[in-house]
Order: sequence, then C-alpha cells, then structure tokens
Amino acid sequence: MSDVVIRVEAVSKTYRLGQIGATTLREDFSRLWARWHGRADPTRPVGVLDGAGGGPAANIWALKDVAFEVRQGEALAIIGSNGAGKSTLLKILSRITAPTAGCVFVKGRIASLLEVGTGFHGELTGRENIFLNGAVLGMSRAEIARTLDEIIAFSGCQRFIDTPVKRYSSGMVVRLGFAVAAHLDAEILVVDEVLAVGDAEFQRKCLGKMRDVTSHGRTVLFVSHNMAAVESLCPRAILLGGGAKKDDGPAGSVIARYLGAADGALEATFAPGPGGAEPHFLAARIVSRSADGRSVKMGDPVDVVVDYWNPVPRTTLHVNMLLYADDGYCVLNTYSDVAERGSGRHRATCRIPADLLNARSYSVRLLLVRDVSHALSDLERVLAFSVQEGERPIRWFGPWPGAVRPRLEWSTVTLPD
Amino acid sequence: MHYRSVTLRPRQASSRLTEDGRLDQEWDLIIRPETGLFELHLADLWRYRDLILLFVHRDFVAQFKQTILGPAWFVLQPLLTALTFTVVFGNIARLDTAGMPKMLFYLSGNILWLYVATCLMSTSDTFRSNAPLFGKVYFPRLAVPVAVVLSQTVRFFLQFAVFLAFWIIYAGPLKAPVRMNRAALLLPALVLVLAALALGGGIIISAATTKYRDLQHLVQLTVQLAMYTTTVIYPLSAMHGGKSRYIILANPVTPIIEAFRYGFLGTGALSWPHLAYSTLVGFGLLVGGAVLFSRLERTFMDTV
Repeated sequence: MSDVVIRVEAVSKTYRLGQIGATTLREDFSRLWARWHGRADPTRPVGVLDGAGGGPAANIWALKDVAFEVRQGEALAIIGSNGAGKSTLLKILSRITAPTAGCVFVKGRIASLLEVGTGFHGELTGRENIFLNGAVLGMSRAEIARTLDEIIAFSGCQRFIDTPVKRYSSGMVVRLGFAVAAHLDAEILVVDEVLAVGDAEFQRKCLGKMRDVTSHGRTVLFVSHNMAAVESLCPRAILLGGGAKKDDGPAGSVIARYLGAADGALEATFAPGPGGAEPHFLAARIVSRSADGRSVKMGDPVDVVVDYWNPVPRTTLHVNMLLYADDGYCVLNTYSDVAERGSGRHRATCRIPADLLNARSYSVRLLLVRDVSHALSDLERVLAFSVQEGERPIRWFGPWPGAVRPRLEWSTVTLPD
Repeated sequence: MHYRSVTLRPRQASSRLTEDGRLDQEWDLIIRPETGLFELHLADLWRYRDLILLFVHRDFVAQFKQTILGPAWFVLQPLLTALTFTVVFGNIARLDTAGMPKMLFYLSGNILWLYVATCLMSTSDTFRSNAPLFGKVYFPRLAVPVAVVLSQTVRFFLQFAVFLAFWIIYAGPLKAPVRMNRAALLLPALVLVLAALALGGGIIISAATTKYRDLQHLVQLTVQLAMYTTTVIYPLSAMHGGKSRYIILANPVTPIIEAFRYGFLGTGALSWPHLAYSTLVGFGLLVGGAVLFSRLERTFMDTV
C-alpha cells in the first residue's frame, strides 16, 4: 500500500456574507455605544435580524465536511464549477487561510502555485527574480543556485536574464515564473489554473513537465477547468459542488459526471420573478422542434431562449453565451446585440443553426453583461443538451471527429486528361 | 528542508491515532483551525531566512534603480533634516543643545528617530500592502516586517557612519567639547531596543489596520507628532521638572536618545531604570505583537 501524504479530515470553511465587520473605528464605537444604552445596532444592515454578527443566515459554507486522502505519487485533479469551493480548498492547503473546522495532515514539503511569478519585482533582473520567487515558494538560496541554469534554460529567457523584468513581455514573465515553479523540489505540488497562460508551445512544455513530476514519485494536486488537461494528467479526480465533495474516483467518470450533471437540463429557472435592484437572469430554456428529453436532432436548429430582468432604465445590457462540449472544450462564444434596455423583462434568443454542432453533449454557460464588459452574473452549465445525429448519408458508422459538423458545399469535377 | 511539525501539540499527538495505527508525529504539517497562543512559527521564520535577505536586497535595489544619487539619499535625508533643525531650532529659536555642537546634537537625535519612525511606519502597513502576495503563497508573514526592519537597520548604520564623520570633524579640527565614553558601546543594544519597539508597535498596528483602516492615518500623524515628545530637538536637561518631563520620559525612545548622546557626546543622561523601561516596553510590544500577528495571519485574507 502506498503512503498517504495528504489527509483532509472534515474540512469546513465559512465566510460571512456582506460587509465583514465594521470597517471603521467610528462604526465599532457607535455599535458599542448603542449596546451600552440598549439600543439596536445602528450599523447593522436594514432587514437583518438582530443577533451576533447578523445571525447564521449571513454565513455561507464555502466548504463543508470535505474529506479525502492523497497517496504519494498520485496526480489528483479537483474539478467543479465556479463557487464549488475549489479555490477555498486550495487556499487552505496552501496555508493562505485557516479552515473553520477540520484538519489537514501533510507529509513532506508542500508547495503551492496559485499564480506564476508571485512576488516578482519589476526593477529586479530576471536572475534576481528567480531567487526571490524561488524563496517565496520556499526554496533556499542554495537550492535555487543549484538549479539556476536549468531554470534559465527552461524559461527560454537566457538573453534577457540580466535585464529588469519590467522590460519583459508578459509572455516572458509567465515563462520565467513557470520555470521557477517547475523546478521546485517539494514533495507535493498544488497547482491552480496556471496552464491557462502562455502560448500553445509553452503549455505543452508545462504539461510535459507536470507529467515528469508525477512520474518521479511526487504528488500533484491540480485544479483546472481544462478537462482535456485534467484527463491527460490525472488518473483520479474529485468533484466539488456547493462546497461539498460530490464524487471521487477515476478522472474519466468524474469528469463525465461533472459535465453530465447539468443543473438545469433543457430548462432552468434562476429567480422566482422580477425584483431586486440589479439586473438578473430569470430563466433559460432550449427550444428545438424535435427536442426529446435532453436531446435535440442535428438537423433542426436549436434556440437558446434567455429571459432576464432589468430594473434600471437605460442600462446597456447584453447576454453572452458560451457552449462547452463534454470534454470541457469551449466550442463557441457568442453574444446578443448590445443596446440600452428599458426597465422590465427582456427575452434574448440565440438560434444555433441546424447542422452545426457535432453529435455529443453540450453545456451552456450564460453571462449577463452590463456596459459591454461588466459581468453581472456568470452561470456555468445551466443548460445541457445532447445532439443526436440523424441518418448518415454515407454508409460509415464510426465516431465522427470534429468540433463542429456543418454541411459544407462540395463540388467535384472531372479534370480533362 | 521540511516543515517541522511546529503546529503539533503534545496533547494532540498523544491521544490521536490515525487509521493505520500510526501516530500524528508522522505528519510534517498539520493545518488546523485554532492554534495555541504562543505558536509563533519562529522555526519557520528561520527556515525562510534566505527569503528575508532577498526581501532586504529587493528593498535596496528597488529603491534606488533609476535614481541619480542612489544610496546617497540614505544619508541626505537625516543630514538635511538636521541642517534645517540647526537653522530653525538652533539659530532662530535658539533652543538649548546642552552646550553641544548643534549639528551633532540634531543629527544624533534625527538618525535615531528616523530609524524608529520609518520602521514603525513601514511595518504598520504589512498586511495591506502585501495582500496580493499573501493571497497567493504561504511563507511566515513575519518575514516581511522583519525584512523591513533589517533593511532600515542597514540604512541606520550608513547614517551612523555619517554621524561619526561629523563627530570626527567636530572633535578634531573644530575642537568641540565632545567626548566619547564607554557608554558608546551600548549602541548595538540601543538599536536592538529601538528595533523591538518599532517592530512590535508596527506589527500590532498592521494587525489592527486590517480591521480599522482609520489607524493608518492616525499612525502617520502620531509618529510625526511623537517626535516632539522625545529629546530629538531639545536636551532632557532643559526640562526642569513639571508634567512635560514625565511625558517625555514616558516615550520609550527618549532614554535611548539620551543614552546615545551620553555615549557619543558626553551630554545627556545615562539612566539604567529608564533604559530598563524602554527595553521592557520594546520587548513587551514585540511579544504581544508577534502573538497578535500570528493569530491574524491565519485568517486575515478573509477580511482584507
């Protein structure tokens, strides 16, 4: 039996919603003064019942009773949608914040990479920053000096290594940061979405390096939205949802469950009705002529119908829709017309033409955006559907490759000899 | 290099058995919600000594890149302040300097006060100004204020060298009545007490400012005004009894400045009880600050 190097025992974390505590001394004093004189707390938000710190309703559980073990040399992925508790778990494992309850036991040195190039200083040269960044990540000066040449070679910044980092391109900064991280010799590596940066070639290099790391008996905890990367790196995955562990097992099946477990299938309701001071989504559904259960026919157009509520007249709003395939790959990103909307309910409809999507499962992510760039809400996997193919015109029944499957115009002529 | 089980407490270790029947001691690190009052992670701090030195290095490099005078700024600041004091307080207001050359008198007070004030001001901002860094990676948070104090100490000794140069000029060619005596050997201890005062006070304030932003402004003002409650611009001997003498002696920096002047200029007062008081306040603040700081560093990311 291999050794357990991380044991997470019933870890929970609560955050208080809304404003945390009094922000100024004056507020705290007026609160004390009121308590002395038996009056209601003047700083408490209107509508919140009296009670210690706004009462239990003001607390949310970012993590609740999460428990798992990781063995030495294992590569474990942690997946889940936004707000599932992934970041909180990472922060606890990286000792950035303490859990509210529960314990984590760790054997060996743990190094976390929540960002590349943490602590870089623009005025320092590349070489100096390698030392600084390495030390921030827990390496000693001697350890860094030993691997310095390798780090510099890996970063590909040899020519600029004695130039201040502020003169670097952003890509070079990222490469340098990852190069340092890749040469950490901690027994356990906790890696956040760092692969999302850098160009394609560098990403390949990073993935290769991470595979290397696990093959050398070190343990990796990997958090990512990139299901393809997760599947190729990690044999095992943990699915978090709403702060709790939903699934734990072979990466393939956990990913399938994550992507399949859309919270809304063909229809979803987000709010009981109009109301509130901010624009928000009301409901969304998928309409197609031959929709059946959760599947639509490839030969029919698919309408994504989104209802939202805008309480503020003359607000520039638009809906952004992203479509993800079942391997987590983003197939397309599209947005509605951008215009000033009056107050009231609005319905945005996006027609995905027939014969565009390939036969697989898709999930829909919706964003309501104000003033072109400010996302008011971001709902992942709110709708899910699968596309069923109709009859194939040719007698071949193998899996149909391709991200999309449009019917394209072909013509064939016979060329004269 | 391993994280030792610094968070392990015997009570926990003796009672807990893991599923495999092994004791907790096998774990190198235990992350738990509560820690004991005096778990200061000092061993951790020592393990990260390279980081502290690199922070010091960064401070120096970053401060003087693309400046013409570079490190000369270190000495120009107290020099110009002392010169201004000499003109304003010495020549215009004609304040008493206990018979000492005005420049030496003001310079000695200034470099000491500047040291403690800068240390205090820059450590009091630890949590707020490092929030982006603290939010991404763990290292003993005390490394940041300790590095600040270390780099200020280097700066102090550079300024002290300038003071010595002036001392030689005054004692030699200018034949001023300045005499160094054995109390000058106290200098390292005096600096240590000042460092404890500033670091302790600074980290207490930094912990408090995560909750009360107001304090940031209060500290700036207080440090500016507190200079007048020390003997930077007048000798203690000019205070003949009265309430103001007590206020001035209550400032723990006063006995340090007095002892420094006694050792290097032969004026001022070397009072052991007063020095003991400063030391007590300094290390009291330091211990209190470290306890408060270590409690806060675990959760402050949730509030900042």
